[in-house]
Amino acid sequence: MARINEYQGKALLRENGIAVPEGGPAFCAEEARRIAERIGAPVVLKAQVWVTGRFAKGLIRFAQSPAEAYEKAGALLGRMVNNFPVECLLVEKRLAVAGEYYAGIIISDTRQRPEIIFSAKGGTGIEEIAVKYPGSLARTSVKLSDGFREYHAGNMIRKTGISGAAQRSLADILVKLWKTARRCEARSAEINPILETTEGQFLAADCRITIDDYAVFRHPELGIDIAREFDHPPTELEKIAYDLEKNDYRGTFYFIQLEKCFRKGEKYVGFHGAGGGGSMMSMDAIQRQGYRIANFTDTSGNPPASKVYRAAKIILSQGGIDGYFGSGSGVASQEQVNSARGLVKAFREEALGVPAVVRLGGNMEDEAVGLLTRYTEDLPGAVEGYKKDDPAAFCAKRLDELIGKAARKSKNQKRIEYTSRDLLRHAKVPREFKTLTGRVVFDHDRCASCESKICIASCDCGVLRLNEGLPVLAIPAEKAARGGCTECLACELECWFKGRKGAFVELPIPGLAENESPRQPEQDQGARL
Amino acid sequence: MSILIDGTKKVLVQGITGREGGNRTRLMMEYGTRVTAGCTPGKGGREVLGVPVFDTVEEAVETRGEIDISVIFVPAPLVKNAALEAIEAGIRLLVLIPDRVPIYDVLEISEKAKEHGASFIGPNTLGLLSPGKATLGMIGGRAESARQWFEPGPVGVTSRSGGMTASVAYYLCRSGIGLSSIVHVGGDAVVGLPHPEIVRLFEQDPETKAIVMFGEIGTSQEETVADMIESGEVTKPLIAYIGGRQAKKGTRFSHAGAIIEGESGTWEGKVERLRNAGARVVEDFSEIPRVTLKVLREIKTL
Repeated sequence: MARINEYQGKALLRENGIAVPEGGPAFCAEEARRIAERIGAPVVLKAQVWVTGRFAKGLIRFAQSPAEAYEKAGALLGRMVNNFPVECLLVEKRLAVAGEYYAGIIISDTRQRPEIIFSAKGGTGIEEIAVKYPGSLARTSVKLSDGFREYHAGNMIRKTGISGAAQRSLADILVKLWKTARRCEARSAEINPILETTEGQFLAADCRITIDDYAVFRHPELGIDIAREFDHPPTELEKIAYDLEKNDYRGTFYFIQLEKCFRKGEKYVGFHGAGGGGSMMSMDAIQRQGYRIANFTDTSGNPPASKVYRAAKIILSQGGIDGYFGSGSGVASQEQVNSARGLVKAFREEALGVPAVVRLGGNMEDEAVGLLTRYTEDLPGAVEGYKKDDPAAFCAKRLDELIGKAARKSKNQKRIEYTSRDLLRHAKVPREFKTLTGRVVFDHDRCASCESKICIASCDCGVLRLNEGLPVLAIPAEKAARGGCTECLACELECWFKGRKGAFVELPIPGLAENESPRQPEQDQGARL
Repeated sequence: MSILIDGTKKVLVQGITGREGGNRTRLMMEYGTRVTAGCTPGKGGREVLGVPVFDTVEEAVETRGEIDISVIFVPAPLVKNAALEAIEAGIRLLVLIPDRVPIYDVLEISEKAKEHGASFIGPNTLGLLSPGKATLGMIGGRAESARQWFEPGPVGVTSRSGGMTASVAYYLCRSGIGLSSIVHVGGDAVVGLPHPEIVRLFEQDPETKAIVMFGEIGTSQEETVADMIESGEVTKPLIAYIGGRQAKKGTRFSHAGAIIEGESGTWEGKVERLRNAGARVVEDFSEIPRVTLKVLREIKTL
């Protein structure tokens, strides 16, 4: 769930007509002082971090003067909370409290509707309050075609014993909260507390809104970079991976780094799964062999070879891993040949130096495993492929054995070219066409002397044909660029082994080269809470 | 028998002219599914694998006669529109294959489906398959794989993990246990026919003698199945595995989630509820076939 900060959530509430305390976000102490001057002391300073119980953790402070606001802001900013630094404070007017209420919206999977919850008692410990005082709680589900209107809200609040003007003000807030949630497609939205001031005004004193990850693309106004919930600020590599995924709808690619500061020999493996359920089991299996997992990666939903290739490149760019473990459910419905080709291209380009064990069980597993092992035989790192009758535990054990063997072997320093990447620079008669996420380049100088013409027969999607003995597109170039060429990578790999090494599929990964080297040690995380 | 899909059902494919739509139509037809029409706006009049393509679902229904099921292979942002179109054209069962369908779109589809007495599998589903009969979606990837992997028989499989759907089914068949139907209910928080609904269909299917459920942490689907066993609504033996034991404690969306759901959604909670209700909960995935065999012997189905 993509979370937004309290101050951003409050801006949304305000746009939808809900009153919020006067104030604004401060990114430095000086800004906090200026806000305090503008709105007048006393003020409250609230660290913009996603934790509950901020007050008890010292993340909410009060200041009696702009000078004190400056001083306390300086102490709060930069503190580390759950791996995240405090980068922003919300500075607001401190209000005299007469009452606290709770309002929340969540999507109920059983009712398949949004559900609205109201509690006549709000504030810290709302979950306990709900258990202790069930009579103060009311809830209702919303029929989307009917919407949620003032009278729905009034009838709900009435059940908690609130009537008259207070009921009307609270109903108004509930309806507007619903509108906010619906407009920004919130998975959840809550105001806790709704604060009643001694002057009888009702305001949203705090709010938490999470946006549906799958709907973030419709809401550029929310400024969410990565529509996923991370337990750390996204790393450069994660951002690179996310941008790739954002621009390629074919299948799913998910990449998250679990560890960053490790070196070779410390028993870290790069993990490449397929499907959530199978991946979890596979990670268990490799952990039981005494390894730690550097990253979690999932390519599933029948991804093209190019997506698997990019995932593998990103995994390998982490450096310092002792092995590469690929394993999913074991009986995949997706075309495993695509996965195999993607891995082979990445392994060759990176001159894979560590052992890799990949479980490619499922659809077309024989072809996939054959291809994976045959086309990686010359690499420094040993590569083994397994099928649906080979359990994850066995494959994890194999990887452990191979890693043990590799450690005893002396390093092979010989520098060999494993791909036709240099075609991009040295092709004498380069001919190319665009694909959905890259381009295919042939060197017609080499093609002319090629007897196999293997590129034509091996092309999965049949987009190539011979023209006077040279490979050309069989479909219009625009069609190839829109996905007609599925980026199966067969032409490049087959030509390397059976032809004249005259084909190359270039699949850029924006940002990766810059990110690769020199690798800088991550800064220590500083003081923790 | 089987649930939801067999060789008699007439099937429409929305998005038949796309990469996935075309490939999976081939799989479905080669496996035995009666695909009678395809639909892609702007591409009416073509044919894909001999199947006529229409611009709208209404036109497909008018031309080809009543259609039982629509399988939707369009990009996620377009799923809502495609689904509403199919429901309004009178189709009673939809299979929403795509991943990343916005949740409010799913809620709108659900509301419209209820109004019209329709239901849907997914979104984010691999589909479903009745061994030896027909399939919807992409289980097996190719007809020849699906034929090799799955055998007909007395056990119904329902799963929340796509990849594990085929795995559970394959490992059962390899142990000599045939299957009535295999259903991937979909990986999202809100799905049209969650475990409880599929379990109910297996309960009503005379040929299904036992049910294997691959559950996961999050949502209240498995707890609801436990309730159904307790209330006597489900009488057939149920073997369950819950994935995600090692995962971090379910991320709560907010306090609201905790207020409504209490302890539901956790691995421990689900296992305990199912055990107390009388289900056979298996903690090691590889034990599923052995325990299922044992159960079948107990009820004298083997």
